[in-house]
Amino acid sequence: MTSSRLFPLATTFVIFLIAYGLCIAEFPNMLSTRVVGNLLTDNAFLGIAAVGMTFVILSGGIDLSIGSVIAFTGVFLAVAMGDWGLPPVLALVIVLVLTTAFGAVMGAMIHYLAMPPFIVTLAGMFFARGMAFLLSIESVPIRVELYDTLQGLYFRMPGGGRLSFVGLSMLAVVLLGILIAHFTSFGRNVYAIGGNRQSAELMGVPIARTTILIYALSSFLAGLAGIAFSLYTSAGYSLAAVGVELDAIAAVVIGGTLLTGGSGYVAGTLLGILIMGLIQTYIVFDGTLSSWWTKIVIGLLLFSFIALQRGLVWLSARRRGAAMPA
Amino acid sequence: MTMPATLKRVLPQLIALLVILALNTAIAPGFLDIAYANGRLYGSLIDILNRGAPVALLAIGMTLVIATRGIDLSVGAVMAICGAVAAALITSDHSLPATILMTLGVGILCGLWNGALVAFLGIQPIIATLILMVAGRGIAQLITEGVILTFNVPGLIFVGSGSVFGLPFPVILWVVLGIAATLIFRTTALGLLVEAIGINRRASALAGIGTSALLLAVYAASGLCAAVAGIVAAADIRGADANNAGLWLELDAILAVVVGGNSLMGGRFSIAGSLIGAMIIQSVNTGILLAGFPPEFNLVIKAAIIVVILVVQSPASHTLFAFVKNRPGRTIGAPTPAAKTKEEAAR
Repeated sequence: MTSSRLFPLATTFVIFLIAYGLCIAEFPNMLSTRVVGNLLTDNAFLGIAAVGMTFVILSGGIDLSIGSVIAFTGVFLAVAMGDWGLPPVLALVIVLVLTTAFGAVMGAMIHYLAMPPFIVTLAGMFFARGMAFLLSIESVPIRVELYDTLQGLYFRMPGGGRLSFVGLSMLAVVLLGILIAHFTSFGRNVYAIGGNRQSAELMGVPIARTTILIYALSSFLAGLAGIAFSLYTSAGYSLAAVGVELDAIAAVVIGGTLLTGGSGYVAGTLLGILIMGLIQTYIVFDGTLSSWWTKIVIGLLLFSFIALQRGLVWLSARRRGAAMPA
Repeated sequence: MTMPATLKRVLPQLIALLVILALNTAIAPGFLDIAYANGRLYGSLIDILNRGAPVALLAIGMTLVIATRGIDLSVGAVMAICGAVAAALITSDHSLPATILMTLGVGILCGLWNGALVAFLGIQPIIATLILMVAGRGIAQLITEGVILTFNVPGLIFVGSGSVFGLPFPVILWVVLGIAATLIFRTTALGLLVEAIGINRRASALAGIGTSALLLAVYAASGLCAAVAGIVAAADIRGADANNAGLWLELDAILAVVVGGNSLMGGRFSIAGSLIGAMIIQSVNTGILLAGFPPEFNLVIKAAIIVVILVVQSPASHTLFAFVKNRPGRTIGAPTPAAKTKEEAAR
């Protein structure tokens, strides 16, 4: 059982190594800490958001609102720090409280209205994006000292690569995500609900509280991703981060998490993010390929991983069928 | 299905549409004016019918897919692909009929791909169609080679902006396609079979329904509708824009189906309801513009509409309504246990 659960994760890891190996064989320069550092920095916001998405998908749900929440966070921060003159730290705290509450409301709607997460978070996606539009439709620059300081923070790796503050934050979030998923009762409840909601309920898992917490966590991390994104771009723009939810879902799936919920690893999501980043880096290095190949390759990878998952589920069902005499 | 039954089914949607139109008239007094000039009708009402055409077209296919308890996220991307294919074919000197036929064929192929993933590989519809949604725009970009392919062929442009009997051609298209789909699915047993899959796919298969073939057909129909919508969208701007054609329209189409009174849990459908739903959405869009609100309000209002519908549709509030109706003395009971049974029943 454990081996079949680890199999998708191991596959992702091997694919990442092979892909990186092929990239290095073609462009030896890709084997540098600079590339690795940029890989982490460029995908930091996506990685943070994808950790939240991992929890949602592990519970058998989906969250379509994270791209909008990222955009809202950026615009809110830019407007709050610029136009309203709020102190940066206060603005950061307010935005995280807002996004977390937003996620909690979505979770409550999903649970108490007994509606598919898909349509509830779709409403959330419209709402958050609309709120961002209402704050400002222009790209608002962020000019505060705190941002300059944070952007200037980095850890110089041997070889000249820079492990930036946002890159490090992503790694920290992934680490925390792993801890929450595997070493807390909340994490176990998430897996239980994703595995079988009814059994989980009968065993006394607090479904309502866990569902609300899952979506609150996802939106909180989306808010954090929004902060990382605004650090990365030094601006807030209501049309930013369109479609990030799809990239995050793709990263989670490529990372080996079962879309039906109940099985998967937060660490896999990091690998999924890195593979997607690697494709983009390769396209940049190549220079002749157009960027839309990224989408096609990600689509292909998505398809292969889903097919792989179906194969595994089918195999284990057959094995179980064989083990149980009819 | 008798006429009064159909009417009764879509009555709430019709009332909602009329209320919104009345509001629009209150905001802009000239709203209901329709003028006839240059051989076609002009006016805000005609504009709503015309601007709502792509969503209405998508909603027809989406209704069928949702009736099987599925969802098709790829329609926006399929629109982009088909627009790109149409533009690429017509600019490489293919005849108009050949272009349109091949484009529709590409749409059906896209639908068959989705249907095969759902029917044969047993992948959840959201995820199965997500693949094409992600990859589709990349494919469209490959076809247009990253530029906006413009064309100037009167025949193809007619699809987007021509008029027949005084009505814009896209309006004719969605009305005819809607009637055709209703006839195909409601005068035969097909509609019933589709609903059976939505209620319980396994039981339907055991009862002898060819569920796989039917699922394939339903997703292919959705692809076909997306292809038509893609041609209309491309013809409207006389070019194929792989980045923006049909962007977010899958969500509008799903919203139209839900506003039209169809349950996302599948099992029953009304194409007429979905089409009215599409018109409701377009009327709201127009109303927001007429009221002088910035168009940014659109999304917030759409979100509010979804929330209201969710609350009305949710099993919990159904139990609550029933409770209040039966026992006027007491207010709030315990809606959760009954809600759960209903949810289980829906599975």
